[in-house]
This record gives sequence, structure tokens and C-alpha cells, in this order.
Amino acid sequence: MADVPVISLQKMHKQFPGVYALRDVDFDLHAGEVHALVGENGAGKSTLIKILSGVYDYQQGTYLIDGEEAEIGRPMDAIERGISVVYQELELVPTLSVAENVFFGRLPHTRGGRVLWAELYERTEELLGQVGLDISPRTQVGHLGIAAQQLVEIAKALSLQARVIVMDEPTSALSPQEIERLFELIEQLRGRGVGIVYVSHKLEEILQLGDRVTVLRDGERVGTERTEDLDEKRLIGLMVGREMAEGVSRSQVEVGPVILEVEGLTTARVEEASFRVRAGEIVGFSGLMGAGRTELARGIFGIDPRKSGEILLGGEPIPTNDPPAARRMGLGMVPEDRRGDGIFPHLSVSENMTIAALAQFVRRSRIQPEREREEVNGMVAALAIRTPSADQMISKLSGGNQQKVLIARWLLKENLKVLFVDEPTRGIDVGAKAEIYRLLDDLAKQGLAVIVLSSEMPEILGLCDRIYVMSGGRITGEFGREEATQEKLLESALPREMMEK
Amino acid sequence: MKRPKFLNALLHSEQAGLLIAFVLLCLVISFLTPVFLTGANIKNVLRDASLIAIAGIGMVMIILLGEIDLSVGSSQALVGILAVAMLNQTDSVGVALLAALATGACIGLLNGLLVTRAKINSLIATLGMMAILRGTAMVSTKAVSIQAEIDLFAEVGTGYLGPLPIPVLIALALFVLFYYVLHHTVLGRYIYAIGGNASAARLSGLAVDRTRVAVFVIGGMLAALSGFILASRLNSGQPNAGLGFELQVIAAVILGGISLTGGVGTLGGAFIGILILTVLNNGLVLLNVSSFYHDIARGVVIILAVYLDGRRKESLLKRLLKS
Repeated sequence: MADVPVISLQKMHKQFPGVYALRDVDFDLHAGEVHALVGENGAGKSTLIKILSGVYDYQQGTYLIDGEEAEIGRPMDAIERGISVVYQELELVPTLSVAENVFFGRLPHTRGGRVLWAELYERTEELLGQVGLDISPRTQVGHLGIAAQQLVEIAKALSLQARVIVMDEPTSALSPQEIERLFELIEQLRGRGVGIVYVSHKLEEILQLGDRVTVLRDGERVGTERTEDLDEKRLIGLMVGREMAEGVSRSQVEVGPVILEVEGLTTARVEEASFRVRAGEIVGFSGLMGAGRTELARGIFGIDPRKSGEILLGGEPIPTNDPPAARRMGLGMVPEDRRGDGIFPHLSVSENMTIAALAQFVRRSRIQPEREREEVNGMVAALAIRTPSADQMISKLSGGNQQKVLIARWLLKENLKVLFVDEPTRGIDVGAKAEIYRLLDDLAKQGLAVIVLSSEMPEILGLCDRIYVMSGGRITGEFGREEATQEKLLESALPREMMEK
Repeated sequence: MKRPKFLNALLHSEQAGLLIAFVLLCLVISFLTPVFLTGANIKNVLRDASLIAIAGIGMVMIILLGEIDLSVGSSQALVGILAVAMLNQTDSVGVALLAALATGACIGLLNGLLVTRAKINSLIATLGMMAILRGTAMVSTKAVSIQAEIDLFAEVGTGYLGPLPIPVLIALALFVLFYYVLHHTVLGRYIYAIGGNASAARLSGLAVDRTRVAVFVIGGMLAALSGFILASRLNSGQPNAGLGFELQVIAAVILGGISLTGGVGTLGGAFIGILILTVLNNGLVLLNVSSFYHDIARGVVIILAVYLDGRRKESLLKRLLKS
């Protein structure tokens, strides 16, 4: 490996309003090196990549290329300096050909603007040969599988004379054979002096492929080690270890009968999920983003179509694909995306709160405003919702108070038995977080079954009596409160290769 | 962008702004022609407005939901023809009315199912229905109008109950009824919720598709009623009736504050918008302005209405982004 790193980030600082995304982070990459980048969701990986590729600017820090100030002001600068990123979502145009994608925006043309097709296809074919993709350059990208599309992206990077290729979760959608092919290509690229930043949750791959690993946690660099000095256990240990969530505590648990039974639930994104929840319990679902927790809740509620499986609420089966029925039977859900799926932005606090329980306020087809007001004001007081009045437009409330209104929406229901809360404290300040934890604890004490879906491990560990872990749409682990640790949760949450005999 | 404070308040109390615009318009026209404020003319204006208003109530509810219905004009024609045909067959105005309402309900049901089951965007679905209904009207009459043979029929559209024309009475009664529905019943609350955020409505356990179909059916029946009244005024079923009617209705209610994206607007505001457009039409006629200019004027008003609608939404979006 050369002496001067191709890329060197020193003491990187990136801040968003109210939040540190990166704090004092160092990162460098040598030519011909595979440097892996790992960390939980929110650790700062994608921020680091976006700084590398010129999408983000930074408040403090130094960005050197070949030892000199890089002056990357926008993505084009990074591309011109040979830094390419292959994103997980892939950025190809499916209706255009492979050649048009590889040379996107740089099609060879005459001065008059006519495209030189022959030259385009010839140059593309050469690049396809380099990445080992045996298809015609005229093939429409949309007709290719993900693995092939990924190789097209890499061919594109090579066409840009990339010296650094950042690969973001490259193997999440690949079969074992395709993964092998990718690894061979990476070896080749390495041999040619291309540096690779490999971002992934798949620890076995990283230990197999990488030369060095950098672990990020909460925006800080926890450590950079050579892979030969590491094993999975140590790696996981480096990734976790945050302080406990503030303000979380769980009262004595008085658990009642089983109130929700899910048996073999399968939807488009969920595989054979089975679990039980008792009245008075707070059960948590942990896992990485995309693990399928929200989809599980949506499948139970009936929003996502159910392919198979049985769900019993209080012993009664919940009908398939019928959210109004689920609601009437006593199921409630506070969604993850407050603004998109939760609040009705043009309606008042009161109207937002009563929408799921209107039948309780109706007499002879008329909604009774006095009863509505009474109940709503009761909730506003009980949950300490800060609003000048119940008729205030909900859009004027802070995030934390909006969240309380959404929870109150279900609490108003007289027969509420099970409440799903998806990311209960996302985007909420510390003070309000503590209030919501207290609220959930109270609700469980009163006999409600609370199911918390969360990416914040300290939150789940502090709040829940039992924790299920999901990965790739399956339930991969179950832990009691006493035995659960961040390491165990993360281990169950990480994607595993399907072992084939 | 900073706005002078009073303009801010005006834009926020939409009804007040609309009322002022309406009064100003009336003043200007009455200044330009003495005929405007005569009893006969006022009755004409109200009668014209009530026709748009009756169909407008349905359109308000549909647009509040976040959908749209372009088939109301063609529906007027087809219903008018069917009503007169039934009238002549059975000699009963009552049966003709029932037939009209039933047809409207069926048209609405079709629209609703196309949107909820076939998952076709309501703009396209009702655009298709608009063409189908118009074609059916033409085909069934061979493009010739059908004369009504019972005298009582014309009473509905041209008669009076006391000082008020009957259509105006009907419009007012329906206004009261549907104002109540929109502001005091579960259906009304659901309409505003679904129009404001359909995804949140679904996650709150509301029967979204069922509500959509119900609203399309109601809208269909109201459009049919307006078609019945129109046929009564013309004393015949005309395959050409209602051409361009849907655009008038839509422009009027949007001017009155109903937002195209759904969830925003009131029936009262819509009615003022309808009055403004009707008075504008009337003014142009009284001032002997060539009918081609009417189209230009109407087009300008539609664009203005949608522009203002966009500005209103902008301030709401800013507030949301801060929370």
C-alpha cells in the first residue's frame, strides 16, 4: 500500500440543526485497500459518505486527496477527482440502455450534438468486460437483475476513472453466487489500485474482505482496526455501548392473560412471524431499519395484505385486510411517520384526537360537541399536552405534543386492548421523551398491552419487559428484560447469509 | 415574504375575503348597468346559481375527499333525457324524479367503483364517464331533444314558492342539510380526514374506500337532481345539456376555497364562490359582452382561483415543516 492515503478525512465535524451527525471523525483510505465502515443506524455512516462524495459540506475538518486540500464543493467535484459511490438503491435509469447509463450525461457526440453510438457501445463493451458482465451494451437496464445492475454501476464508476469506489450495502440483494462474483471483482479492482470503502451490516463479509474496519457510534469514531485483529464479538462490542436512555424506568409488572396471539403471519415483507403479548406487558420489537417491524404492525392491523397466518385479539380472530374491524376490536397503532401517516394537518387537536373513536360521541347521527370537548380536554390534561386550546390547529403544536395527541387518539377508545407504538420518541426532545416513557409505563400498569417498535436500543432495553428482534422480515430472537443486552440485540438484528448445504 | 398585516388576516379568513369580493363585484356591475339590481334579474341570477349550487354540493364533498368528478355535465344531459322519457311514459313527475335520482346514484356508484376497485385516478375515471354518458345521451336520442308532455314538469324549474323560485328553495334546503352533514356527522368528519391525509385515515381504522364510494353516489344524485331541474326549465331532455357545466362547478367551488388537494374548504365559502361566478356571468351578459369573452373571463377566474389556492397551501406547509 502506498504511503500517502488517497483520501484522508481529519477531525470531521458535521452538524444539522440541533444534532451532531459527525464529531471529530478521522477516516483515511489507501490505494488498493478495502476499508469497511460499520455502525448502527444513525451512527453517521451515510453522513460520512455524503461528505466524501461532495453532497454535504462540513462545519469543521480537513478533506485531503493525495495529501492535498481537496476542495470538494459539490458532487461533480468528487466525481471529477475520481470518487464514485454505488448506492444501495442504485441510481440507474431503467428505461435507458446500459451504455446510456454508464456514460450518462457524457455521451460521446459530434460538435453538432449527434450521438456517436458506435463509439459509445464500443467503450461500454470494454468496461463491461472489465467488470465481467457478459451482456450487450444495448440492453435496457430495467430488464436486468439487481446484481447485473450493480455491476453496471461499477462499470460507470470505472468509466469515470474512479480511484475510490464507495459501496453502500452492496450485497443486501444478491444471491451467494452473485456475491462471490462481486468479491472477485473487488479483488481485481484492489489489484489495480482502486480504494474501496465498504459499508455493510454483514460482519462476516467485512471480516473476510476488508483490510481495515472503522466503527462509528453516535457520530464518533470508536476505533479503526485491522481485520486480522478482530472477530465478530469484538466488532459488535465496539458498535454498541451507548448510555441508557434518560428518563426510562419500568414499574413492577403485573401481567394478565394473553391478549394478542400472532401465528405464522406472512405478508409481502414479513415471513412467518409468531409471538404473544399479555395484558399489562410492554413488548419491544428491535432491529435494524428495514427489518420489517413496521410492516409487521401494518400486517396485523390489516393495512398490508395478509398472505397467511392467524391473529387473535382477546381470543377472537382479526379479519384479514380490514383495518376498521381491527380498530373496533381494540387494536390501535401510532405510526412511525407522524406527519405523513399520523396527523391530519388541516384539522384541530380535538378533531385529530377523536377521529378513531367518533362512534362514542354520536347520538342519533349527531356528533355531540360537549361530550367531545369534555373527553378531549380530559386527555389534554392527563397527558399534559401543551396547546392553547383543543381547537388549536394541530400543525401548530411541537412534535412531542403532536405525538401525545396521536397516542391520545387511541386512548380515547373505550375498548382499547393493544397499542402499537412505532418509534415513539423519534424527533422529540429529551424532556418530552421522558414524559412519553412514563405514559407508556402507566398504560401498561392499567392493563393495556403495549408494543413498542424502535430502532433505539437503550429505549427498548429500558422500557420493555420482553424484546423480540427482527431481521429481514423474520423474528430472529426473543429476550427477557433481565437477559437482554445491546450486544445480543444487535447480533440477532444483523443480516446473515442463508447457509446452503 | 412579508405581507402587510391586514392582507394576512384577510387571506386567513377566507370567507370574509370572498364576501368582500362578491360585494365589490355586485357594486361594480350595478354601477355599469341599472338592470342588474332589478327583481327579475336577481331571480334569474339566483336560479342560475342554484343549478350550479345543487351539483356544487356534491362536487364540494368529492373534492374535499381529494377526488374530482368531471362527469356532472354529461350526467345532466343523460338524466334529463331519461327523466323526460319516464315522464312521458308514466305521466308522473314523481316517477321521473325517482328515475333521475336512481340514475345519478348508479353513475356515482360506477365512478366510485372505478376509483376504489379499479384503482383508476378519479380525474381519468370521470373523464371517461363524461364521454360515455354524453355519447349515450346522443345515441339514445339520435341527437334530437325530447319534449316533455306533462305541464306540471316545467313547474319545478320555473315555478315559485312564495317569492322564491323553487330551484333556489331546493338549493337552500340542501345547503342546510349538507352543512349539517359536513360539520356535525361522522361522514362529514371522515370526509375532511380522508381528504386531508388518506394514509393517516387508513391507519386510524377509517373505512376509506367505502366512504369514497358513498360520496360519489351522493354527488351523482345531486348532479342528477340538477339535471332534472335543468330539463324542467327547458321543458325537454336535451342531449347537449350541461356542456362545460362541470368546469363551471369546479371553478366556482375552488374559487370558494375548496382546495384541489383535499381536506380544506367549507360549504359556505363554496356557495359564495358560486355566487361570484354566476354574478360575473350575468354581468357579462347584461353588458352585452360577446360570449367569446365569457370564456376568456371564466378561464382567467379559474387560473386565479387555483393560484390563490396554492398560496393558501404554502403557508400551511411552512407551518408543518416547523413542527
